[in-house]
Amino acid sequence: MAYVIAAPCVSDFSCVEICPVDAIHPGPSSPAFEAAEQLYIDPGTCINCGACVEACPVLAIYEAGNLPERWKHYAEVNRQYFLQGRTLA
Amino acid sequence: VKTVRVAVVGAGAAGMYAIESLLGRREFAVEIDLYELLPTPWGLVRTGVAPDHPEKKQICDRQFSFQLQDARVRFIGNVAVGRDIAAAELNQWYDSVIYAVGATGDFRMVLPGEDLAGCLAAREFIAFYNGHPDFKALPIDLSCERAIVVGNGNVALDVARILATPIAALEKTDIAVHALEALRSSRIREIVILARRSAWQAAFNNPELEEFEHLAGVDVAVEGDDLVEPNGMQGLASWEAQRKIDTLRRLVSRKPVPGNKRIVFRFLGTPVELTGTDKVRQLRIAHNHLQTDAQGRLQAVPSGQTSTLDAGLVLRAIGYRGSPMPGLPFDAVRAVIRNVQGRVVGDDGAALPGVYTTGWIKRGCRGVIGSNRKCARETVDSLVDDWTMGLGGSPALSKDAVLALVSKRQPAWVSLGGWLAIDRHERSAGRQKQRPRVKLTDIPSMLDAAKLRDEGPGGPRLARDVES
Repeated sequence: MAYVIAAPCVSDFSCVEICPVDAIHPGPSSPAFEAAEQLYIDPGTCINCGACVEACPVLAIYEAGNLPERWKHYAEVNRQYFLQGRTLA
Repeated sequence: VKTVRVAVVGAGAAGMYAIESLLGRREFAVEIDLYELLPTPWGLVRTGVAPDHPEKKQICDRQFSFQLQDARVRFIGNVAVGRDIAAAELNQWYDSVIYAVGATGDFRMVLPGEDLAGCLAAREFIAFYNGHPDFKALPIDLSCERAIVVGNGNVALDVARILATPIAALEKTDIAVHALEALRSSRIREIVILARRSAWQAAFNNPELEEFEHLAGVDVAVEGDDLVEPNGMQGLASWEAQRKIDTLRRLVSRKPVPGNKRIVFRFLGTPVELTGTDKVRQLRIAHNHLQTDAQGRLQAVPSGQTSTLDAGLVLRAIGYRGSPMPGLPFDAVRAVIRNVQGRVVGDDGAALPGVYTTGWIKRGCRGVIGSNRKCARETVDSLVDDWTMGLGGSPALSKDAVLALVSKRQPAWVSLGGWLAIDRHERSAGRQKQRPRVKLTDIPSMLDAAKLRDEGPGGPRLARDVES
């Protein structure tokens, strides 16, 4: 199971910088960065290392199976972002 | 390695990220003095972020505190650059100065009746409920039944949500005590969020909208938009927009509960006039419909119809706006300090040596907390490039010399130790009440907590051993 970024995300991209497999988008050099509501983890790329969890200054990152009830749908939201073929720049 | 002395003006997200970036550079050593208008740091993270969003405020403890407490950083709070110290003086005192002062104003609607009592900026209401000392006495009257929020960004949703949230929930937050009292006696039953365009073009983000699904005792209605994909947009809506529509549909399909408060999303309406004699009583709204323009974009255009809505409180939430900084060039159109990639430039386009800017006052008031991290890097890159090219400002004064001057201008400046004492005081008061903190909301109380005042013989005096 992958990690998931939930609602508190403030687009501080510490997670992007620490991710060893570049699974988190849009990064700060992407043209989609400014307009993005939040950052998302590609479940197809995530290797479940958990490095992003501690790097996040607002603790917005959860294991998919461990999401709080009100943010359960963020596993799907993260997945959807990449299905839409957005900004892998 | 040369030591570069830098002043950062403003201890909000923009300033803290500038410091993070400066501390991480290896081209030269830095010594940073961080000037802040208030005795407390964190800018809008403290006085803007909603009290019911404690997760976002964790960034202070988990990120900004590390920069603030770094040995190379000196906090100088309760000092107004532009008033206590002139911008020109800072230029002389430091190698480089970074202005990260944010926005102290907002966009007005420019409508007849806008100056009536009861019409305020959401920005002011937010500063009020978050305990900003300058807004403690805000004349906000919650004795009416309906409030209208003009605008539909995240700020609009924040103020609507705070007006609708049960007091018991707010009591668990760090909302200012005076705001809790005002909201306790609030008679507001309905909050209308007025959007010029359609639900498909909503400005708020999904997370903020979805919070209404978890708001106890509140029904949500949508007016002015049937949530059916408009002609000209079929299949073109972004997935973010589609997600908002799905959420709105879920919200309006819930069965209204008698006695609940109500939040109404009123789409496709433009405010045209506020009326009332002593205070605002009504808002007249022009109805819009969608029309495809020459570029194929859907625009909201007036349909010619108007209606009026009774309201005793109208909060404009159509954007924050930067204010000019005395002594620095200001681009009045973009409401930013005139700059190129963070280098402050005069009206003739020539760079002011050693002067930089970052955050909202550099790029305009948009983006979230983390947007400022990217913004700060660009500015610090410019600063480092200039230093590498030997284009620094005038040589800096020593740390001690600066502090001696600051102490003359503002004897009650607040150090890191002073802020930490304020922080401890607030958290300790909160622990008793099972709240994250009970904020101090006026400067004298903050200075007392910072142990800056002693009740000596002959009345209060300043107790300070100047640190160096």
